[in-house]
Amino acid sequence: MAAPPRHATMLSISNGDKPAQAQPQTQQTTLPQSPGLRVPSNRKTIYDRHLNRSRNAESSRASFAFLFGEMVTYAQRRVTGIQDLEKRLNEQGYPLGLRLLDLLFYRSTSTSSSALSSSSTSSSPPNRPLRIITLLHLIHGPLWRLLFGRAADALEHSVSPDTPNEYMITDNDPLVNTYISVPREMSMLNCAAFVAGIIEGVCDGCGFETKVSAHNQPTDLWPSRTVFLVRFGDAVMEREKVLERSGVK
Amino acid sequence: MHKIFQIFQVYTYVLIYPWTLLAKSSPLITHVISQTPANSPDGLSLHTSTLINRDRPKMSYYFTILSPSDTPLFNIAFGTSKGGGDGIARFRFPETAQYMNQFIIHSSLDILEEAQWTNGSMYLKHIDTYPPAAAYITAFLTPSGARFLLLHQPPHLPSSTGSSGLGASSLLGSAGSTTRASSSSIAANPTSPQTEEAVRQFMNEVYENYVKTAMSPFYKQGMEIKSPVFRTRVTAAGKKWL
Repeated sequence: MAAPPRHATMLSISNGDKPAQAQPQTQQTTLPQSPGLRVPSNRKTIYDRHLNRSRNAESSRASFAFLFGEMVTYAQRRVTGIQDLEKRLNEQGYPLGLRLLDLLFYRSTSTSSSALSSSSTSSSPPNRPLRIITLLHLIHGPLWRLLFGRAADALEHSVSPDTPNEYMITDNDPLVNTYISVPREMSMLNCAAFVAGIIEGVCDGCGFETKVSAHNQPTDLWPSRTVFLVRFGDAVMEREKVLERSGVK
Repeated sequence: MHKIFQIFQVYTYVLIYPWTLLAKSSPLITHVISQTPANSPDGLSLHTSTLINRDRPKMSYYFTILSPSDTPLFNIAFGTSKGGGDGIARFRFPETAQYMNQFIIHSSLDILEEAQWTNGSMYLKHIDTYPPAAAYITAFLTPSGARFLLLHQPPHLPSSTGSSGLGASSLLGSAGSTTRASSSSIAANPTSPQTEEAVRQFMNEVYENYVKTAMSPFYKQGMEIKSPVFRTRVTAAGKKWL
């Protein structure tokens, strides 16, 4: 039984002895004192809080409108044009999409796992989307509900044979645009580019390379109707064909 | 005939080696002995601990989180804690384990990326085996593309677990695995449904903590996870399930 001691010696070398030899004395004395983490006064880190705690909590619409207004103002600083502004809004949304994806899956598994944590494996967690359609349904349904409390209004596929990689998600009255009034000379601008960024983050996270843009398409009934144009990359379309042939759903 | 002689030589080496270690009594060795009282140099206790090891094989684990672009975000090595294990990893080739484990795990990424598009579940189970080191790789894929990879390695067979490190282990490892590798791998059996289930529980618990990390506004995807709280959480999950 000397293999364990062997490893333990390695550990002790790497933990204790090495810094003492290699680094100056001051370093060694400061290391144990500052663990590099500041714990809140109530000793509760983010790891101690349950992720489902805020599951049904909604943030107030007024504070969201204020915050989003500030975000648009922030993005508007030193921009060269509308496209640049929309790109910045998109970039603000992108990391949010990546996060929401993980949270969405965690929450949809944990509903079953709270009961499941004992041992029963009957209810399986939802699958990662492998095909474009399942991914778009995920965005259209669960993601929209997580963000806005309702599903999106339409999901369409481009009818043109030239652009089979284009899909459209329609929101008749996007929450982000409710309190945004766009000046006449910037009529092309749609601040839902932020939401487009979220969609892009979700698609990218799942391994679907995309470009998403938001476009105004007002109707008489819905003056702020917005269409999110989702354009998948060539690699995604190729893989889609392979997956279709092999019967993956 | 020659082989038998070789094994015999190995055994004598095993029995004699702890004594030689003691005789040297370098500061490192004394430190070790004080840390792990179970490994007292007494010949009798050496024998009994070997027996226990035969009954309950202790796995060694190496767990790593890789970003979608294959950057390592988090690494940890630990051993079995269930059934009286002390939770310390004892890889078969301790000299090379540090980089070989990473090497083996990264080489399974190709297989993972194939499995990723045929199996939609997050837990992909056992995906790859590296026979020379008897390393089994289990994978878990988060929806946002981070990969959790767990390498597990069954222990040396009883004869070679009794061996001491410091140069002798690689020799013994090779001699041991050729002679009685089969008995140990059945006992440990890293692909059994029980193991898969335990790993699934472990992965789910790590996933929960990973989501908490990812939801932090100060964390960007692709950043190394440095939080000591995260590390203790993963260690606790390892103790609980593996």
